Amino acid sequence: MDTAYLIETVIKVVVILLIFSALAGIGTYFERKVLAFMQRRLGPMYVGPYGLLQVAADGVKLFTKEDIIPTNVVGRIFKIAPVITAATAFMAAAAIPFLPSFTLFGYEVHPIVADINIGILYILGIMGVGLYGPLLGGMASANKFSLLSAARGAAVFISYEVVTGLSILAPIMMVGSLSLVDFNNYQIENGWIVFNMYGVGFVAFILFWIAAFAETGRTPFHLIANDHEIIDGFGTEYSGMRWGLFFIGEYANMFFISFVIPLLFLGGYGDGSFLGALALLGKVAFFFFFFLWTRAAWPDVRPDQLMWLCWKVLMPVAVINVVIAGFLMMF
Amino acid sequence: MNNEQFNNRNVSEDGYFQVDIKDYPTTGWDKFKRVVQRTFRLELFVGLWVVLREMIVFNKHTISYPEEKMPIGPRYRAVHEMKRLWESDAERCIGCGLCEKICISNCIRIDTKIDENSRKEVSEYTINLGRCIFCGYCAEVCPELAITHGGEYENASDQREHFLLYEDMLTPIDKMKAGAQLEFEGFGAITPHEDERVKKTPLAY
Repeated sequence: MDTAYLIETVIKVVVILLIFSALAGIGTYFERKVLAFMQRRLGPMYVGPYGLLQVAADGVKLFTKEDIIPTNVVGRIFKIAPVITAATAFMAAAAIPFLPSFTLFGYEVHPIVADINIGILYILGIMGVGLYGPLLGGMASANKFSLLSAARGAAVFISYEVVTGLSILAPIMMVGSLSLVDFNNYQIENGWIVFNMYGVGFVAFILFWIAAFAETGRTPFHLIANDHEIIDGFGTEYSGMRWGLFFIGEYANMFFISFVIPLLFLGGYGDGSFLGALALLGKVAFFFFFFLWTRAAWPDVRPDQLMWLCWKVLMPVAVINVVIAGFLMMF
Repeated sequence: MNNEQFNNRNVSEDGYFQVDIKDYPTTGWDKFKRVVQRTFRLELFVGLWVVLREMIVFNKHTISYPEEKMPIGPRYRAVHEMKRLWESDAERCIGCGLCEKICISNCIRIDTKIDENSRKEVSEYTINLGRCIFCGYCAEVCPELAITHGGEYENASDQREHFLLYEDMLTPIDKMKAGAQLEFEGFGAITPHEDERVKKTPLAY
């Protein structure tokens, strides 16, 4: 490992960290604006032009707020839990190719931190580890509502891991690799995976998309921080920047999963041209917008309905999908 | 007269209809069919379209309050006002004390004296807005239509006891001269066309 590679990697890591931390903040602004417009409100209006500096105001508030560690909590675990959420969200980004490789000052840049050969497996695994943030945070804070929501969140996460894993099995069988760069290159030659193999790709896409809502804990499956109890679930006891870390982790996760879905199913950045890169960003924007869209339109489902959907509908469909994919590839 | 027409609840044969809701499925096969129907009828996307339409139409419902205000009705019961007589610009209040008597939250305090013309004059009149519940009884009981409610609802104060003095409530004399005093249409106000209904006092006993 030479020094240039090391420096390049560090720079990439810092850039990704900075961009997506900022995006997480701006994402909250977009969420509030989109939700407001869909509900015929104005949203943030007073801090800066059209409320654009609301993010800065929120940041100042979160950073300067007193860091309260309540009595009876398990101190160390309580403190580390938000860090796990934020850290795993950003760790998962290591294997995502954000843009096609481009040349900057005569130096070819690959906008992926590490093109490892188990790419998608690594991403899903690290996102699965992200479960420990809400789980430990809820268990460590001495609050029964936090505990309940942590348990519920764990159940959702673990259940939907199954759907995520099974749904991408068919695309993996088509591509024959786990690296997202290979996924992209496969789709240059064979067209988008969504339209591949007589609808198998489409079913896999829909399943993965549904599971993405559970993975990120977004509204139809927003059971980890449950609004209907008028408390913030596992985050009830958190304040200040620790709570903010949960938030950043959640929004970074949304952005990363919005990158993963098009990379897996919708052709990614295509042939690597400038237009392809723009197309990828457009797809990401759509999927991020869809997260906000559903939050305005759909109600939450009950936990038992969620489990029913996962185990009795999505998982059988995913398994059948994999079997059909196998038959189609064999004959 | 019999009660039959009142006991017959079938107002019209075609006025009522059964809501088209099917019974809950009981067998497994029926439940399965319902799931499949709901999945492929794509009902979820109707909701998505509705909120997207609202976003595109961009017809906001918000009133950005300090800059724009909602119109309030003429009967709105906000901070009290003391009216003057149209004929003489004199104060309408005769110091009868009925408003103090009827006030259910005991927030009105009135004190009177006999002035140099041997007429009753209001010397002290305060309303404790911290206690006032804006029920409107004072305006209703006032025989002279002197105390009424006004439309001024922005009465935030830095202390709980925000007293309203007689001079503050009284219509300013220059406003009165300009004929800009507004009559209150709410509790206790004269109903329209009252002049036509009023009768002469029967003096000839």
